[in-house]
Parts: sequence; C-alpha cells; structure tokens
Amino acid sequence: MAKEKTDVLHGSLALMVLRTLETLGPQHGWGIARRIEQISGDVLALNQGTLYPALLRLEQMGWVASKWGESENGRRAKFYSITRAGRKQLETESAQWERISGIISRFAKPTGEPL
Amino acid sequence: MTALRVLLRRVLGLAQPLEREMEEEVGFHLDMQIAENIRRGMTPQAAREAALREFGGIAHTKELWRETHSLPFVQVLWHDLRFGLRMLRRNPGFSLLAILCLTLGIGATTAVFSWIEGILLRPFPTVAHQERLMAIAGTNRGEPGHTDVSSPDFADFRKNCRLIEAFIGDRITGTTLSIGDQAERATASVVSANYFQALGVHPILGRGFEPQEDFGRNGHPVTVISYRVWKERFGGDPNIAGRTQMLNGMPHTIVGVAPQGFLGTFVGWAMQFWVPSSMEELFDSGGYKLDDRGAQWIEGFVRLRPGVTEAQAQAEISAVARRLELEYPATNRGRGVKLYPLYQTPFNNARTMLPTLSIAVVVVVLVLLIACANVSNLLLVKAFGRRHEMTVRIAVGAGRGRLLKQLLTEGLILSAVSSAGGLLVAHWCRNLLVLLLPARGGTTMTLPGEIDWRVLALSTGICLAVTLLFGLVPALQTGKIDLASSLKSDSGGVVGGKRKALVRSALVLVQVALSFVLLVGAGLLFRSLRGVQATDPGFSPRVLSTYIDWVSAGYTPQRAREFSEELIERLSATSGVESAAFVRVPPFTYRSFSSAPIVVEGYEPARDEQPQSDFDEVGPGYLATMGIPLASGREFTRADTDTAPLVAVVNEAMASQYWRGQDPVGRRFQAKGKWLQVVGVVRMSKYRTLTEVARPFFYVPIRQSSLGMSLVIRTHLAAETMAKALARHVHDLDGSLAPGEMITMQEQVDRTTSFQRVAVTMLGVFGGLALLLAGIGLYGVMSYSVSQSRRELGLRMALGADAAVLLRLVMSQGLALTAGGVVLGALAAVGLSRLIGPMLYKVGPRDPVAFGLAFVVMTAASLAACFVPAWRAAHTDPLRALREG
Repeated sequence: MAKEKTDVLHGSLALMVLRTLETLGPQHGWGIARRIEQISGDVLALNQGTLYPALLRLEQMGWVASKWGESENGRRAKFYSITRAGRKQLETESAQWERISGIISRFAKPTGEPL
Repeated sequence: MTALRVLLRRVLGLAQPLEREMEEEVGFHLDMQIAENIRRGMTPQAAREAALREFGGIAHTKELWRETHSLPFVQVLWHDLRFGLRMLRRNPGFSLLAILCLTLGIGATTAVFSWIEGILLRPFPTVAHQERLMAIAGTNRGEPGHTDVSSPDFADFRKNCRLIEAFIGDRITGTTLSIGDQAERATASVVSANYFQALGVHPILGRGFEPQEDFGRNGHPVTVISYRVWKERFGGDPNIAGRTQMLNGMPHTIVGVAPQGFLGTFVGWAMQFWVPSSMEELFDSGGYKLDDRGAQWIEGFVRLRPGVTEAQAQAEISAVARRLELEYPATNRGRGVKLYPLYQTPFNNARTMLPTLSIAVVVVVLVLLIACANVSNLLLVKAFGRRHEMTVRIAVGAGRGRLLKQLLTEGLILSAVSSAGGLLVAHWCRNLLVLLLPARGGTTMTLPGEIDWRVLALSTGICLAVTLLFGLVPALQTGKIDLASSLKSDSGGVVGGKRKALVRSALVLVQVALSFVLLVGAGLLFRSLRGVQATDPGFSPRVLSTYIDWVSAGYTPQRAREFSEELIERLSATSGVESAAFVRVPPFTYRSFSSAPIVVEGYEPARDEQPQSDFDEVGPGYLATMGIPLASGREFTRADTDTAPLVAVVNEAMASQYWRGQDPVGRRFQAKGKWLQVVGVVRMSKYRTLTEVARPFFYVPIRQSSLGMSLVIRTHLAAETMAKALARHVHDLDGSLAPGEMITMQEQVDRTTSFQRVAVTMLGVFGGLALLLAGIGLYGVMSYSVSQSRRELGLRMALGADAAVLLRLVMSQGLALTAGGVVLGALAAVGLSRLIGPMLYKVGPRDPVAFGLAFVVMTAASLAACFVPAWRAAHTDPLRALREG
C-alpha cells in the first residue's frame, strides 16, 4: 500500500463512534465503519471487525443503545443510537481530546521554545 | 457506578449468550461491504476477499466480542468443570479411590477441627462473645496446679477489678432428680446470681436469678431448669414457672427455663438445672462456705471488658490478690489467682481434652498429607495415560496455562466432592468422642463437635490447599510435555518417564516417612498408657464402691448416722463381705476433696508459705477396707465420734514435710481453726490420678451431716452379686432409697485414664489408616514400575535369571524406598516426639521400643505391599513380554 495508514489510537474509537452517531443519528455497524473511514480520508486503518466489541462495550457503559430494524436495502440490521449519557460523555471526551492533542502537537512541531 | 452497571450487564450476559445475533450482525456487515466493493467494479470473488481483509480476523473479532459480552473466566471455568466431570466419570475407579482417600483425610481434619471448635474454642452453645470469657482459678505459691476460689475472695475480686465486666461463679454438682415416679441422676450447677445475664443467655420462660439470691444460708430455694428437663420431664408445661420441685430433700421453686441448646458452662457435662450460690451448702459437700475465706469451692469464669487483653486483666486481678494476701494472711498467704483462656480451663474437661486434641491436629494433618500424596500419585499415573490428549491439545494451540487450569479444575472437583463428604463424616463423628469415654455415675458425657461457619471456612481452605498440594505436581509434570517427541512415538517412549518415576517415588517416600512418624507416636502413647496403668494406686483395685444418696430423701444428720451404722453392720454380717466403710469422697472420682490451710505444731513455715492440705472424711475401717497400709499408729474406730477428741490420720508425704521424718503420732496440727491429734500415718496412695505427684493429705472421721456418701466394700463377690445384696439391705432399711451403680476401684481408676486411651485409640486408628494409604501408594508405584519394565524383565528371564532373582530384584527396590522413608520418618519423629514429651509417663520421647515397633510394623507392611508386584514380575512370561514389548 502506498498510503501510510495510522493505527487507531486506543480509546479514540469510542469518540469517533459517538460523534458519528450524534451527527448522523441511528446507524448500523457498517454505516458507522464507512463514516469513520470517510472522515479520516481512508488514512485510518480501522480493522472493521474491532468496531463490534467496541460497540458492545459502549452499550454496556450505557452510552449507546441498540435496536433491530430494517436497513436501506430491506435487510434486518442492528441500529445503534447515542443516549443522553452518551452525549455527555462525548462532550467531556472531545474536550479532553482537544486539550491533549494541543499539547501533543506542540511536542510534534517544536517552535524553538525551550521545553 | 458505570463499572457496576458494566459488571451487571456482563453477569446478565452469562445468562443470555447472543452469539447468533452477533453472527447475523457480522454477516450483514460483510454483505454490505461486498455489495459496495462490487459497485466499485470488483469481481464478486475479489470483492469478497477485500471485504474479509478489511474486516480483519472474523474468529478474532468473535472471540473479542465474547470476552466483552460476559465474564470469560466464568465461562472457561464452567467449561472446565463440565469437561472435568466428564473425565472423572470416564474413570470411575480412579475417581472413587481418589475421593475416598481425600474424604478420609479431609473428613478426619474437619472432624477434629469441629471438636476443637465445640469443645475448646467455643464450648458453650448460645453463650455470647465467648472470646471475652476466661476461666479463673486459684494458685498456691510454689505448688503446681490450681485450686478453686473462696466466696469472699471472689466477691473482693468482683468489687475491685475494673477491667473485668463480670465474675461468674460456677460449681458442678449432682443429685437425683425425681419427677413423678421417675428418678434419674442429674448434673447441675450452683451458680452466681448474675450467671444467665452475664453469659447473655435469656431464659425462654420465667427469669434467671436475682442479685439477692447469692446470699443467705440456703435462703433461696429457686431453680432454673434446662430445656431438656422442661421438655422431657415436665412435658413442656408452659405454666412451669412457679411450680415446686424437690431437690436434695428441699422444695425448690422453678423460676425459669433455659433456652434450647444451652447446656451450662462445664465442658463435658450437660447441666439439668441451676441453683443460686445461696444454696451452696445443700448441694456441695463440705458444709457452709459462703463466708469462709479458707473454703475454696468456686470454679468461675470472668468476662473481660471489650478491648482488654489477658495480660492487663491478669495484672489487675493479681494486684487485688496481693492486697488480699496482706489483709488476710491466715487464709490467703501464698494465694494467687490465674486467668486461663477457655481452652486451658483447668477444672473441666477442656484440660483433659486439650492434649488429646492437640495431638489429633498434628495426626490428621499428617494423614491429610499422606492422602494428598496418594491422590497426587494417582493423578500422575492418569496424567501419563492422558499424555496423548494433552499433547494434541497443546499441538492445536492450547496454552500451557490453560492446560494447567484444566488439570487444577479437575483436582478441584475431586477435593470439593471430598470436602462435602468430609463435612458429612465430621457431622457423623461429632459425638464420637463420647462413645470412646465411659459413662460415669449413670450419666453420659457431652463432648459435641460444632460445625459453624468457622469450621466451614476452614474446610473450604483445606479443600483449596489440598487441591494445590496434590494437583500441582502432576499438572506441572504435564506442562513439561515435549511436543515433537511425544507426537512421534506415542506408545513406546516414556515421556519424562524417568522424571515421573522419580517424583512418584519421592511421594511414596514422604508417605512412608509420615506413616512412620504416626506409628512412633502411637507406640509412645501406648507405652506411656501401659506405664500409667502399671502404676500401683496404693490401694486394692478389687474393692467395690458405690454411692448412697440420702440427701434427696431428706435425711437428717441423725437419721443418716443411724442408717449408715445399721447398713455397715448388716454388710459385715453378709457372707463373702470382708469389710465395708463409708467415705465422703472416694479416690479417683470427679468430686473434689476438701482443702484447708493448716498450722502444724513445731513447724515454722517459710515467710510466704501457707501450709495447706487436702483431706477426706472416712468411716471406721476405711483404710483396712481399701487396703491402704498403716505405717504407724491406728486408723479410726467407732469410738472416734463427733464428741470424742478430734483426731486425724496423715499420709507419709505430710509426715515427712511437716515432721521431718519423726513419727508424728501423738503430735498436733490445726485445720479450720480446730486442733487435731495425729493417731496414725498411712503409706502413700494415689488420690486423683495415677500420675500425680505425692502431696500431703490427711483423713478425719466422718462428721455427722445429711450429705450423701460413698460406700466401699472389700469382698470377693462379683460387683453384680454385691450390688443385688446391697440393694436388698438398703431396701430393708428404707424402701425409698436406692444405691447408685456399683463398680470396682479398678474401673474408677480406668476412668481417669480414659482420655489417654482416647488419644492412643485415635493415634492407633489414624496410624493404621496412614499405614494403609502408604501401603497403597507403595503398591501402586511398584506395580506400575513392574508393568513398565516387562520387556526388561522378560529379557532377563530369557537370559537365564530365575524367578527368585527377579522377586529379589523387585522386592529390594520396594524395600529401598521403604528404608529411605523410614530414615526420613525417624529423623522427623525424633524432632516431633519431643512435642508429646510432656504427655508421656515413664517413657522417653526417643523410646527405642516404640521406634523399633514402628520399624517392624512399617517393614512388614511394605513387604506385604511389594510382594504382589514382585510375584507378578517373577512370573513374567518371557515370550509374551518380548513379543508385546
């Protein structure tokens, strides 16, 4: 492969899933996977399979809910939606990410300032 | 909170495995991806491959999902359990043998711990906070052993000790309980009025005792009866409180009924009723003692305040005792007081059971270890048989840790089943101790095991420890499987054969060594018991003794005297009877002798010495009847009445201690404030136990009183014949009286050694069990090694070795193992037998006879265990062995 892909950082998958569900509303697993790949511009090497255990964990935490329904092509599929607790979690987690990524980027691009 | 919810969902996940839904979801995902890929222009084949690649490992995802969905270790355990059960069912012979070995080991251990719990640690059912209870007894400076405590001292301790919450007075007594037309010997207690309240025991009907009921000479004839008496003798009458019951000839008001399960506070005996301290004179021998500081009769308990240590309480009460010593030198000089943990209580059967049960703990732990070694050996053989299965499982990717877990789970099933069986064994055995002990005076002892949560916890702990003990060796051995060579040669090659044989031999070595230790212990205790039994008690063991209870018939002292004189006359006239005499307390009974401080004319005691001696009241001709010879002087005659000058007969120990070897006949000493003239000296005899050290003792003539008395008879008639003759005489004199059981003094003496016999029996039984287990172990190892070397044996035979040579070859192998075990065992026994040294009588802890005996028995047992495999080896058919090999 020509493009260098980056592994999904541990813990960041949850943030991506929650944000996707918040923006798009209820989605099935494949839809979530597609969306994440599109947003990341196919740079992220998401092993699509790892999404399902992650969804299960989010559901156990009470941040997403799941329901069986009918997909756009008329097949039975499991749809996930974000819960109220999930939205709250999404807020705290994105705030934290921004803070951390700000710090990391200062390390990644040294400006000559003494550390 | 979130963590809790996750856990809850996972636990729920155990109950609803949604595998199928997950598979459907994954299937849907793949289909969508394939459709998408085709739309991008791939061939169906390529689209499918790309979709699978992008998804990542499906199996891996499912595994991850499963782990997240519920609690994986529980599922694995469940799986292992089911698999283990299947494996055990497939080898029922092996499983049964292993479970049997373990059940015996765990059952014996649990039973002993339940006895320790029920007899030593928490001996008083329904009593609250027994960990804060301690026994209290007096001491005499410079003298070993304990004494009882006097009422005034007890009251002073109660008044002055701040660290002690309650002083609980107690004194065992006995009487005949006649209700309706049914009479029965009953054990009872004279207790302080605070008894029930301080113990935290609430009568289910009526009340306990009230403070004023401690005082007034025989002033409060009230009683609390036991639940059993209430149910069985009074038919559970709900209006029992207020009823009157004759006790020792005096009407008593029943004021309460003790709760079910409460048996009093005397280890070994269940009480039938309780009376308050004020009734002491009526129920205890030796007269009115409540105001007499020199009269020791209370066997008490104290309850420490919460947080107070033994040492603090002991320091405080000792300080009070020292003050009393200064204040009342006449009675208290040299007197101290000591607190004991309940399991060391010196005056009840805790003391007699403590050494026996301590030995029992060591013994059952040894038996348990032997059982573990046996099961370990069995598992090793089985593991060898399963090496193919293990190899395949490793080959298909099972981790060694996973394999280890599986094997330990199988071990856990074995020990869990055995632990359950062990609890059953312990439950059945809870009253076994009483069966080993003889009934006394018509009542049986109560020494129950108690299976409470502590024993259950301990049993669980043992179960886990045992699993590790016997399961780990084979499991680790299996972990060493060499994959390649194992798969290659499945039948011939012995995987780790040498090693495994070594481990198994080591296990047998340990078994033999442990059994040897037990055999030495059994031998030592047995020799000690023989030594005790061979000790001369100093009186004739063929003399018969019985008890005549005229107290409950309400005799006056005058009537008692007339009755006893008449009875002695009739007995003397009976053919076959040499002589008969009354005695207050015959030797070797539980009833204790009276004790008094003495002042000896012409003897200057050391500064802090308070001369003191036990004494007994005896009738005319008692010493001759008992066969205790006089060293000088005379014994009492019918002329030594209450109105005659006061006289005494002293024993040799008293003569040599206070008269320094001069003949004391004609000299005087003072006891209980009265001067007594010595008229005779008797040779030493034993008073309480065969192993006691010689101590001063004196006899005085029987005083007139209404107390019941024992009768000793010198006769060549058998006990039953004599009992009938006596019953006839007694009935002729008074139809309402019946004598108690008639036994020889020898039986009386044997009863005091019954606890030693229990210890010997227990060690004998367990020693035999250990020997059997070790024998099975040895047999197993030898037959296995014979079956493994059939080829070699056949070859040797073909080359001309005859049967005798092969027999010797195998036997010598087995005996070498035994010899190694015996050497190890002997070393261990030399170290361990010192622990039972204090229990041994006239036998050293390294007694060569005991060691020799153990050696002979062990060798004989191992010869027997090795003979069958050796015989089989000697009769190997060389042709068949070579062809099959």
